[in-house]
Amino acid sequence: MNKHLLSVDDLTIDDVNTLFTTAAEMHDVQRREVKKLPALRGRTVINLFFEDSTRTRSSFELAGKWLSADTINLAGKGSSASKGESLRDTVLTIASMGVDALVIRHSASGACHQVAEWVDCSVVNAGDGTHEHPTQALLDAYTLVRRLGTLEDKHIVLVGDLTHSRVFRSNVGLLGRLGARVTVVAPPTLMPSGVEAWSASAGFETSYDLDEVLPKADAVMMLRVQRERMSGGFFPTAREYTVGYGLTRDRLAVLGEEVPICHPGPMNRGLEIAADAADAAQSLILEQVSSGVAVRMSVLYHLLAGEGASA
Amino acid sequence: MTDPILIQGGSLLGGGAADVLVADGVIAAVSTTPGALETTGVRVIDADGLVVLPGLVDLHTHLREPGREDAETIRTGSHAAALGGYTAVLAMANTNPVTDTAEAAERVHELGRQVGVVDVQPVGAVTKGLAGEELAELGLMARSRAGVRVFSDDGRCVQDARVMRRALEYVKAFGGVISQHSQDSSLAGPEACCHEGEISGRLGLTGWPGVAEEVIVARDVMLARHTGSRVHVAHASTAGTVEVLRWARSQGIAVTAEVTPHHLLLTTEELLGYDPTYKVNPPLRPAEDVEALRDALADGTIDAVATDHAPHARHDKQHAFGDAAFGMLGLETALGVVASVMVDSGRLDWAGVARVMSHNPARIAGLGGHGRPIEVGEPAHLTLIDPAASVTVDREASASLSRNNPWHGRTLSAAVHTTLLRGVPTVLEGKLA
Ligand SMILES: [Zn+2]
Repeated sequence: MNKHLLSVDDLTIDDVNTLFTTAAEMHDVQRREVKKLPALRGRTVINLFFEDSTRTRSSFELAGKWLSADTINLAGKGSSASKGESLRDTVLTIASMGVDALVIRHSASGACHQVAEWVDCSVVNAGDGTHEHPTQALLDAYTLVRRLGTLEDKHIVLVGDLTHSRVFRSNVGLLGRLGARVTVVAPPTLMPSGVEAWSASAGFETSYDLDEVLPKADAVMMLRVQRERMSGGFFPTAREYTVGYGLTRDRLAVLGEEVPICHPGPMNRGLEIAADAADAAQSLILEQVSSGVAVRMSVLYHLLAGEGASA
Repeated sequence: MTDPILIQGGSLLGGGAADVLVADGVIAAVSTTPGALETTGVRVIDADGLVVLPGLVDLHTHLREPGREDAETIRTGSHAAALGGYTAVLAMANTNPVTDTAEAAERVHELGRQVGVVDVQPVGAVTKGLAGEELAELGLMARSRAGVRVFSDDGRCVQDARVMRRALEYVKAFGGVISQHSQDSSLAGPEACCHEGEISGRLGLTGWPGVAEEVIVARDVMLARHTGSRVHVAHASTAGTVEVLRWARSQGIAVTAEVTPHHLLLTTEELLGYDPTYKVNPPLRPAEDVEALRDALADGTIDAVATDHAPHARHDKQHAFGDAAFGMLGLETALGVVASVMVDSGRLDWAGVARVMSHNPARIAGLGGHGRPIEVGEPAHLTLIDPAASVTVDREASASLSRNNPWHGRTLSAAVHTTLLRGVPTVLEGKLA
């Protein structure tokens, strides 16, 4: 593996398989009474969150702690630039305290890529703006592989606010490489600009029509509608969005009882996903959360435990 | 006054080699007979193999003084300009405080005069504080000792059509021109940091589409027609803007336009590494736009090359891409970029370069003493170019206080050998005199 995990593109398929194998072992640890492994004893991991995210931060924090790393959470200052400390100064100050890994969440796309150029330690992208969230994509794929056995030739449908979704950007890069056929569904206003050219070169499909795509799905991943976007005129009303693109009770019936449902959370129940769908037996939503800790343990382990290490 | 200078054997535009004698700030003699002009008591510059151009004029320079002297001062910016072959620059009004009064304009003008390396001509703000609401004292700036003729809220677009209309009407009284930074804020919001397209979609950066520029250019062209006034399109960046300009010219509407060196050469692909050096406004556009801009500059639809030289302190660029400051350096490298893109490809000859980098910008800015033909009696603002040189740009070698140089490590064609302002060398053999 590379020194950093900035993008799913940093990972080879071998890397992904290795991460999944280790994640499965870590998953077993989580069921023990004493969850600690000594693997990263003496290592320091800083969760540097410039943007709030209790769920991702806690997941990384537990992952570090269960591997016995010294894990510290720091909240970065909001960064509206030009005055005050530069991002470079902020991260160099923190990195110079003798840190082995920086886990960074930042509201600006590309922030982690730049940080990786400035510091000597490993950098893990825990979400950069609307760009990527690679550990989320890994945990999504890991969860689906456990359920479906393989992603080879599986048709996975991603639905929602693609323009503003880093989960989408990481998933579309990873799922395709694991052999899945990916279709992304959104109203035209929530499709990223230039998606035609992108989908052609990256090998995924696009659709504006969820009802046309849904019956062919082997798995469905609902993405959060960022409510604050509604005022930007991306779609008229919540009601209209739900009718067009929500995983409603009617659509759940079309889906049947076998097709797994994912959602990276936090969910807007009743908007992009009906309560029935979120709580359905085939829902993997809680499993995604527990897989998340295992996958992040695996990532930290492989970045920090050194060459040839095994769990 | 310094000694007379004899520029020996340089190649004159449209003619062959000639000797040019400069004395008392003007061109005293031009001779096509080698050795005909007296050399005793005269400083001789061997110009064999060099091209003699009228001094370059930049319509669009940010000098940062007053307010951000850590990024650039009128002194350092003047030095960078001279090294780039410029003899006059128009200093944009978005300083702190803003150049929106006669006093502020006179101060910039006077500081430029004290440095004395290039003529620093202040641009006046169109609206008070660049707020886009009330007209600044356009007439007082015009009547001041600075003699302001170009007005711009650059950095911002005059969004309100009524304000733009009044500004265009008002400056007719003194032959002013409004230079517009064309960016519709409802289509290119405050988050926009690059071109909206496939690359912004993939990178998850908020872009702004070319149409946000084009709708303002189209609106302003119609306002120029309606008011019978003159509008200048700053840093045109899209093929659609070129189309609107072509149409406007076909209708005889008084519109002029400039393009920056970076929009002639760099594309939105530069953003793939998230390097904020390439964050500029308007943003770098796709190759199709770049191609259209080159064509438009060659065929005269775009009148001028202007640098949009925008120095920034390092710490203002050391942020995530979306948070970093907009802008890149340009004064020292503009000629090299134009030579690389337009001359090497045969799209412009050196007379064409003189047209787009000297004659036209001086005419648009109303700078009567600049951009003149190289003839006896004309002011001796001259730039000697070595067309055979190639230069690998080193950002640390810059005279600018800032280092946000997108050309670092690239090799550009041609080099500025000598710059003369009023017959006085400001640059000799590529170094400050
Ligand atoms: Zn501008």
